[in-house]
Amino acid sequence: MGNTHNYLDQLLFGVAPYLALALFFLVTIQRYRAQAFTYSSLSSQFLENERHFWGMVPLHYGILVVIAGHFVAFLFPRTVLAWNGHPVRLYILEISALIFGLLTLLGLMSTLVRRLTYSKVRTVTSISDIILHVLLLIQVVSGVYVAVTCSWGSSWFAASATPYLWSIVMLDPDISYVIAMPFAVKLHIVNACLVIGFFPFTRLVHVLVIPNPYLWRKPQVVRWNRSPEARN
Amino acid sequence: MNVRSQISMVFHLDKCIGCHTCSVACKNVWTDRKGTDYMWWNNVETKPGTGFPTRWEDQEKYKGGWEKKHDYIQLRCTDKKRIVPNIFHNPHMPSMDDYYEPWTYDYQHLFTAPEGPDQPTAMPISKVTGEHIDIEAGPNWDDDLGGSPIYAENDPNLDGLSDEQRQQMFAIERLVMFYFPRICNHCLNPACVASCPSGALYKRGEDGIVLVDQKKCRAWRSCVSACPYKKTYFNWFTGKSEKCILCFPRIETGQAPACFHSCVGRIRYLGVLLYDADRIEEVANLPDEELIEGHRSLVLDPRQPDVIAAAQRNGIHDSVIESAQDSPVYKFVKDWRIALPPHIEYRTMPMLYYVPPMSPVMSVRTEKTLDNISDNLFHDIEQARVPMKFLASLFGGGHEAKVVYALKKQMAVRWYRRALTVGDVTQDVADQMLREADCTLEEAEAIYRLTSLCTFEERFVIPPAHREEAIEMMEDPHENRESVGFGFLSGPRRGL
Repeated sequence: MGNTHNYLDQLLFGVAPYLALALFFLVTIQRYRAQAFTYSSLSSQFLENERHFWGMVPLHYGILVVIAGHFVAFLFPRTVLAWNGHPVRLYILEISALIFGLLTLLGLMSTLVRRLTYSKVRTVTSISDIILHVLLLIQVVSGVYVAVTCSWGSSWFAASATPYLWSIVMLDPDISYVIAMPFAVKLHIVNACLVIGFFPFTRLVHVLVIPNPYLWRKPQVVRWNRSPEARN
Repeated sequence: MNVRSQISMVFHLDKCIGCHTCSVACKNVWTDRKGTDYMWWNNVETKPGTGFPTRWEDQEKYKGGWEKKHDYIQLRCTDKKRIVPNIFHNPHMPSMDDYYEPWTYDYQHLFTAPEGPDQPTAMPISKVTGEHIDIEAGPNWDDDLGGSPIYAENDPNLDGLSDEQRQQMFAIERLVMFYFPRICNHCLNPACVASCPSGALYKRGEDGIVLVDQKKCRAWRSCVSACPYKKTYFNWFTGKSEKCILCFPRIETGQAPACFHSCVGRIRYLGVLLYDADRIEEVANLPDEELIEGHRSLVLDPRQPDVIAAAQRNGIHDSVIESAQDSPVYKFVKDWRIALPPHIEYRTMPMLYYVPPMSPVMSVRTEKTLDNISDNLFHDIEQARVPMKFLASLFGGGHEAKVVYALKKQMAVRWYRRALTVGDVTQDVADQMLREADCTLEEAEAIYRLTSLCTFEERFVIPPAHREEAIEMMEDPHENRESVGFGFLSGPRRGL
């Protein structure tokens, strides 16, 4: 019995992350090369303009802050632990993290209801949208559940999830950190792999083409058929 | 001087009969695909009217175009400071309700309906959802409704009119309307291009046509809000913006765009204008009252030796310069000054100009007879059914003088021809009118010819695109000669 568990744990926490990352990189790159046209956020604001606000704004601002929080704890675990050394600061961090998590959940539920109730939006909903919605829902619900039930996540994330994630990055997965964790955390990790692996097959690819050059480019864009040198 | 060439347009509104042939030609060529069915890259509006999308000129609602806030222009709702926080939900984006839900009819029902006491009908079904819908609006829903209290009275251009002027305009015996065909203006300072976070929109260097790079568009939708003329549309199926492409595949092969080619009233003119790209920024920042003259001053005289030399330095082909010298647009805009840009106050520097329309002729009552001549030869213009203020709102940036000038000249040409052909006006009267309208005899003759007798070749002076040279710059023909000429094109595919 113990062995079976071990194999399953190995598969879920030691192998699946690599499969997910491999899919992520290979498919996004290949899709960009072969089907750049399909890279779009596929906005449905044009078809429904009011409920859109109540879904998109909380969802995006919530998820951006939450993901940023994961990255900070992953990159600077010591800083997070030092910050949390003072209870007031720990409470502030935990409460704000929870607020943004709930914001994400609210936004996600709102977009889901909108997709199901507005027939125009339903017609532009693909199978991959539905699968993605379910995966994201599991991810956010399990995340919020963990935040509520397993107290002081910012500290134990830095102490035990960060080493696990680094062991993945260093190509030497050490699953001992995660096998002791509660089921909800394990679900969160496994589902994260599913989201990352499924990512390139969905509209989520719009995240990879965020328009940063816009901030420093000139307002007008002119394209020449002839190269500038050839023009002179 | 940084000389560039721009394919520019003139629509002569006095000739438009509102037949919508242009719209249908465009629709059949470009926008009958799924997701584009609601788009009208070319549409013909009735003025006064609410237009398409509804009240598009109301920038308090749509927040399109540029505005001069302090001493420098910025996009009204889509400048960088506002795009970034609003990228998830664009607060000023029109939705399908502002246009209309496209529909077809359930024709099959006519054949499959069971036998019954009544004739079966073909119910309207939405082209988005496939469900039955109640049609609430459509393209040209305000067509010909010049006096309508729902449509005409809600024209944003009426805002500047006094109550008395409004009442007069809607008095039943003075009802008036004219047509206002619209396509993308292919602006020199396009708000859509400036607003695109992905940099997907661009202006073609060689001919100034504004296009959306379909592979770079990510559906951030800011172009739709940014264009004050609402001429970029969102394809709800592919998740990409689309707009008028001025039929560039036709232009490149020397053919007029479909809407131009099909125009029954022959109101459309197309030709090259050479302009000074270095001055766009300066002109776009001028005070309101100087915009029209400033915009006109961007256009350079293609016969001036220094302009020709500068154009050649910039790699503009001699054949394009020659084409600019024959441009009918140049005549209307620069020589005769009777074509005006629409809503110049949006500061996008539109390159589609309009010759403002004449109102129905008003007669003067003397005793018991109606007379067509009064002491004031231009009384038709001053007492026109369409208040000058209204036309000035559309074509004069709010200033009546430019519109009056254009109308006076048209009027003088009419009377000049009348003196020649009908003979009920003396040559003296005609000469006096031409003088007062700042029009020489030769000019009057030229305006008459290009307005009334214009041939296809005179209306459309299309520069050679020289694609054969352009392609050589990008790809070596020798290298590619065994690899092209046969294969597959794949259609656009929505997401995954």
